[in-house]
Amino acid sequence: MDTPNTDVIQGTLDMLILKTLSLEPMHGFGITRRVEQVSRGVFKVNPGSLLTALNRLERAGWLDAEWRQTANSRRAKYYSLTRAGKKQLEEETSNWSRRASAVARILKTEG
Amino acid sequence: MSLWRQLSRGVRALINRPAADRDIADEIDQYLDDAAAAFEASGLSPEDARRAARQQLGSVTATREQVRAYGWENVVETTIADIRHAVRRVRRYPSQAVVAAFTLALGIGASTAIFSAVNPVLFQPLPYPDSGRLMLVWDAQGGARLDVTFGTYRELLARSHSFESMSVMRPVQPTLTRVAEPERLDGQYVSADFFRVLGVRPALGRDFEAADDQRFQPNGPFVAIISDTLWRRRFNADPELLGRQISLNDVPVTVIGIMPAGFEHVLSPTAEIWSPLMYDTALPLNGREWGHHLRLVGRVRPDIDPESARQELDAIARTTLAEYPRPQWAALQDGFIANSLQSELTRSVKPALLAVAGAVILLLTIACVNVTNLLLAQGAARRSELLVRTALGASRSRITRQLLAETLLLASLGGILGIVLAHTTMDALLALTPPELPRASVITIDNSVLAFAAGLSLLIGLLVGLLPARHGFNAGVPGGAPQHSMRIASGHQFTRRSLVVAQVALALVLLVAAGLMLRSVQRLFAMPPGFNPNELLTLQVQTAGQRFRDAGTTHRFFAQALEAVRQVPGVTAVAFTSQLPLTGDADQWGVHFESVPRPAADEACDCYRYAVSPGYFEAMGVPLRAGRALDAHDVDGAPLAAVINESMAKRRLPGVDPVGQRLHIGPNSGPWFTVVGVVGDVTQTSLAVNRSDAVYITAEQWRFADNARWLVVRAHRDAAALTPAIRRALASVDKDQPVIRVATMDERVKISAADRRFALLLFEAFGITALILAAIGTYSLLSGSVTERTREMGVRAALGASRFDILTLVLRQGMTLTGIGIAIGIVGAGLASRALVTLLFGITPLDAITYFSVALLLTVVSIVACAMPAWRASRVRPSVALRFE
Repeated sequence: MDTPNTDVIQGTLDMLILKTLSLEPMHGFGITRRVEQVSRGVFKVNPGSLLTALNRLERAGWLDAEWRQTANSRRAKYYSLTRAGKKQLEEETSNWSRRASAVARILKTEG
Repeated sequence: MSLWRQLSRGVRALINRPAADRDIADEIDQYLDDAAAAFEASGLSPEDARRAARQQLGSVTATREQVRAYGWENVVETTIADIRHAVRRVRRYPSQAVVAAFTLALGIGASTAIFSAVNPVLFQPLPYPDSGRLMLVWDAQGGARLDVTFGTYRELLARSHSFESMSVMRPVQPTLTRVAEPERLDGQYVSADFFRVLGVRPALGRDFEAADDQRFQPNGPFVAIISDTLWRRRFNADPELLGRQISLNDVPVTVIGIMPAGFEHVLSPTAEIWSPLMYDTALPLNGREWGHHLRLVGRVRPDIDPESARQELDAIARTTLAEYPRPQWAALQDGFIANSLQSELTRSVKPALLAVAGAVILLLTIACVNVTNLLLAQGAARRSELLVRTALGASRSRITRQLLAETLLLASLGGILGIVLAHTTMDALLALTPPELPRASVITIDNSVLAFAAGLSLLIGLLVGLLPARHGFNAGVPGGAPQHSMRIASGHQFTRRSLVVAQVALALVLLVAAGLMLRSVQRLFAMPPGFNPNELLTLQVQTAGQRFRDAGTTHRFFAQALEAVRQVPGVTAVAFTSQLPLTGDADQWGVHFESVPRPAADEACDCYRYAVSPGYFEAMGVPLRAGRALDAHDVDGAPLAAVINESMAKRRLPGVDPVGQRLHIGPNSGPWFTVVGVVGDVTQTSLAVNRSDAVYITAEQWRFADNARWLVVRAHRDAAALTPAIRRALASVDKDQPVIRVATMDERVKISAADRRFALLLFEAFGITALILAAIGTYSLLSGSVTERTREMGVRAALGASRFDILTLVLRQGMTLTGIGIAIGIVGAGLASRALVTLLFGITPLDAITYFSVALLLTVVSIVACAMPAWRASRVRPSVALRFE
């Protein structure tokens, strides 16, 4: 029996991270859980890819990172969206919708 | 902002890698904790939750590596690791590294030194705005370059439309007088537009104007522009000098301008003072206005290309207009020679410089081939190391990069050593350069030279590393190596042998070039100069000042000078002449014989005129062939007597007894001279040219008094040592007439061949280096091969091969390579030596003796290089061989 593909669609991980963080600052695992919850389990984020992506986005200036105390008084690295990150998110979102609707149109006309 | 973050984060990671790693590790730990807590919350036991979290994450190490692999600092880190590895290797095998770096240093150093000389002279534009538009124009009489006359200049100025501006100039050496220390200055008379043609303005004061350049009046006014160096040296950089008068030859001259500090006068590098020409635009036929003694430089209009300018000049030469009459000796019947200033300046040195540049490229190639070979030899020994690295997961590009890092390190060391080498040999190189080399003052190791050396080192590091890296990788193919080692080893050997062949061939090309130069210079110096140059001191005395305007005073001064020098102990003969062979003097006149109907086709103005004192032929050692020499009776008022040279007599008066013939020197309106004698030919311009026409008259019978005359002083021995005594003798006659250009005739002979000697010395140095490198290459190949084949040699010995058999086996292997290299090299040398034709003298580029000697030399050196390894191979004992490995 095939397990359903839960990989994040290639090239969309950055956008998903930015979107998730646009709601509130979060640490790594928080982002994973949120993506899984909101996508109702369709996407599962690979931790290695996630942490690499966070590192990259932070370097690009779209995220700020900060070590903070969590609720259960442990240290955790929290990420928050920067102004540049917001702009990037808007750009990627509109780009995605344009392409997704194009794909949808093509799939429709085929039938 | 993001760029800043990229930089700062990268730098932080580089400076404190452990902290950056800990940060990543902490984040992963925290992630695991969170995931475990989440699993626990969903009902798993703490241990199961932990396990599940780990499972989800995968390998912690892999994740850590994945996260940390992002960022530019990783590239820096691997590079540093490569370099550190390379440094470690160099330190572990210092002798190999030293040999490689020194070999490269020889190539890079020689190339850098030659580049520093060739680049500013041949390739960098002249230091004037838009210097490409500057052209030098010559009167092309009989295809030779002749200085133009003022009349020709005036005609071109009026008729030519291709030039924005034109100017003529001639040298002058005024004496700065009425000062504590009189000084002979180098200067020029120039027409008013001179500095505008060059495009340079005085830094202080004003430029010449048309009003400054009026017909000469005995009482002036006279003006001058001086160089920054003269201003600083003699006038303490006093700005008040402008508008003030200085005294030149006792004549007051107003300084109107001072040139900028960096002003470089390529046409006359030593000139420090300029004055207007002040010629007569009415162009009197018997004046200096029609003498061929002016250098003409023009600035072509921006919209005109040089070729059209040339065509226009020739069109002007072909059509004579009534308003611009031309005397017969400036009739422009052969048109003009007009070329860019830069190409004219470098014309005489270009063949030598290009030949040397070619030679240094050959030398550099040999050095690279040698080092490649050395690295290949190491590569064989490194096979196991590379295998281990590949097995541990190093990628092809990683290994290539690491091997290249090694060669780049070697090349950098070679480059640094090379720059040091170039720097230390610079003075010696400059001392060797031919005197006619223009712009020698700007030859230094500057930034462009350093950039060249750095770029060259980089390029060589890559080139030299490429082959070994490829071989290194092939050797490192995992699993494949053991089975394929034989094939790789033989491919490897083939490459190395080809490189040795290439080395021998390249060395042969260089040595043949050096041999051809050597034989040319030998032939050249074997040419009889037509006089006896041994123990002959020569020096020039120039009279200057108001009182020497009178011809009688000038003649009297030189007569007294001659007498004073004659009294100096050790002097056996002394005489003077208006121009001296091998000094660059070129006082040429048209000569017409009464008995030869004109126009004679070869009646060009190319006869050297020597106004001499009686006794000149004896002092110089020029042999008398017929008639009599000039003597004390040939004075002013006596019948005009002339002596001509042998070649002119044969060519112009075939089958006629020249003695008694009458001739005109210069304008036909002048008086007739009668030939009283014939002397042997002398070499005026260079040892390579010795059949130029010459006419000798006594100074007193010439129509004007030459105020610059050469004294030729013959001594029994050590003529140079007489210099101080002669100076004192001349000062006793008149202390204000400086003595200049002192040199023995032997020195002049040597200097006259300076361009060939320059090329020869460098070719010899490069050739010998190439020979040594080729010998080292052959030796190291055979030596390595004998080591690899020790077992084979042992087996051969065990099977009954004698020592002699094995010796010849190895020798044959080495000599075969040498033979192939020599054969290829001879073909290459045959092709390459054609480029040397202009530098050769008396031999062809295919001179058999040179080729044979060089091939023999290389063979002998190769035998020596092969002998050691061959002898070692012949000593291998069978028992040792069987235990080998």
